[in-house]
Amino acid sequence: MTVDSLQEHFDDKVKREVTIEPRDWMPDDYRKTLLRQISQHAHSEIVGMLPEGNWITRAPNLRRKAVLLAKVQDEAGHGLYLYSAAETLGSSRDEMMEQLHSGKAKYSSIFNYPSLTWADMGAIGWLVDGAAIMNQVPLCRASYGPYARAMVRVCKEESFHQRQGFEIMLTLSNGTEVQKKLAQDALNRWWWPSIMMFGPPDDNSPNTEQSMRWRIKRISNDELRQRFIDVTVEQAKILGLTPPDKDLKWNEATGHYDFGAINWDEFWNVVKGNGPCNKERLEARKKAWEEGEWVREAALAYSKKRSERNNKISAKAA
Amino acid sequence: MNQNSENKILSTPNSQFLIPNSILLLYTLQIADNALIIGHRISEWCGHGPILEQDIAATNIALDHLGQARSLYQYAAEQFNALPAEDKMKMFSSTTLQAKLTANENIDEDDLAYLRDGWDFHNVLLVEQNNKDWAYTVVRSFFYDAFNFFFYSALLNSADTTFAAIAEKSLKEVTYHLRWSSEWMIRLGDGTEESHQRMQDAVDYLWSYTGEMTTANETDKTAFASGIGADLAAIKTAWKEKVSAVINESSLAMPKDAWMQHGGKDGSHTEHLGYILAEMQFMQRAYPNMEW
Ligand SMILES: [Fe+2]
Ligand SMILES: [Fe+2]
Repeated sequence: MTVDSLQEHFDDKVKREVTIEPRDWMPDDYRKTLLRQISQHAHSEIVGMLPEGNWITRAPNLRRKAVLLAKVQDEAGHGLYLYSAAETLGSSRDEMMEQLHSGKAKYSSIFNYPSLTWADMGAIGWLVDGAAIMNQVPLCRASYGPYARAMVRVCKEESFHQRQGFEIMLTLSNGTEVQKKLAQDALNRWWWPSIMMFGPPDDNSPNTEQSMRWRIKRISNDELRQRFIDVTVEQAKILGLTPPDKDLKWNEATGHYDFGAINWDEFWNVVKGNGPCNKERLEARKKAWEEGEWVREAALAYSKKRSERNNKISAKAA
Repeated sequence: MNQNSENKILSTPNSQFLIPNSILLLYTLQIADNALIIGHRISEWCGHGPILEQDIAATNIALDHLGQARSLYQYAAEQFNALPAEDKMKMFSSTTLQAKLTANENIDEDDLAYLRDGWDFHNVLLVEQNNKDWAYTVVRSFFYDAFNFFFYSALLNSADTTFAAIAEKSLKEVTYHLRWSSEWMIRLGDGTEESHQRMQDAVDYLWSYTGEMTTANETDKTAFASGIGADLAAIKTAWKEKVSAVINESSLAMPKDAWMQHGGKDGSHTEHLGYILAEMQFMQRAYPNMEW
């Protein structure tokens, strides 16, 4: 087949909603875009373990401790599914790690904000996992098969996380004055960063159009953001908490909530590395990787030794 | 006061065993505190492991330990709440716990984990030692898992049906823990020169904390004599056999018999425990009497 007919075949598959699989021909740009997106997504899961991991040893009771541990462990699992999906596009995990550590690969900026109190475990689950679900449910139908299948597994667990987070918030908002204050404070700090999780506005999102054509992306940033706000404002009412946006109000005509201006200056600065925890997060990941090097080397050396020994034994036996 | 409120009477087909309630409670706490503290230590790895798959495995193991701790604390709280008021007041010295008792409140698993002071913790010193690196963590787990395996196996036959039930549930997990840590002992002991050295250092360093597990204190003696507890002398032999077999296979050197550290089971700890508790108990101490 010529490149032209390969391209035609690919386009046709995408149009007919037949998933693209690792062995199928795909345009270079499609592969690159996917690899960038999936590895960025995988990195987000792994870096995302840090702000919540920060409270594992300080969880307020044994049940919460167990639930939080299991939650952060789930995120590691998500990272694993996603790295595996990315590997099918021809990149190794070591390569991807190297790109994360050098700053070449990005991860979701939300994790560059600090988790300061226990209530942040509620707010992160409720808002951050909540926003992640909004983003990720449409990805379950992404045109690339391994990515779509990984997202199906991820989404199931994310909705569980979202409910657990909401439940922490609910307990706090039904609690004492100081607990209510903890909950409101966490909402104040996580609200805007969560809304920014949907990425730049559509008129400033250069990759969106191509991703939509490739059916990697299905719904635009602004539309997802609006959906999230509409749902979350109602949930905040149940909690008796107030999102920190004085312009937030129901618009009868549009059937959506209007909201105030987003601080895109802050967004781009956090992306560029100037967020409150960018340095710490990267440093923690690098430290884990560097201090784990001797372990990975030894595991490799041992498995080589063992297979050599087994070969010798089977050679003797033969 | 009748016999029942003072002593737990356990029937077996052949005989009746007696153990003072306070000793049964201390024995329960010894086991529970081991599980809580080692689980806490292992959970410190979550998000920082050397290999993503092992981050997940370590967290799984931490969760198992935490689950065991919870079952045991629930049992301990039940025992505690059944004690006569004056015995309760004598049991723990923490002012926060004392306040609860004065208010005539029952305590629960969380009160035991979060409101006891360090000297009322009865875990062995081994489990509170810090993670340092993956080698220390693996060796600490291995020494403990090998003990735990024989310990829970023995507890299957406890005259106390709650212990027997917890042991049965835990033994599957503990068997897996021992396999996991044994495999890492061998992999790293027989891996590279660096990993071998790190493992030997960890084995030598932690060795003096191993004796306590199989040395009976008064609580252990009473529990064993009453048919409730494990025979630590028998476990000592089995433990040493298992440990030397794995250390051998890891091509590591078995440490020579040496002075062993003691005290944890009776509430006299290393400096580490204070920091663990400061961190772990922070929320309950800073914001007492709240639902989370
Ligand atoms: Fe996730
Ligand atoms: Fe999640």
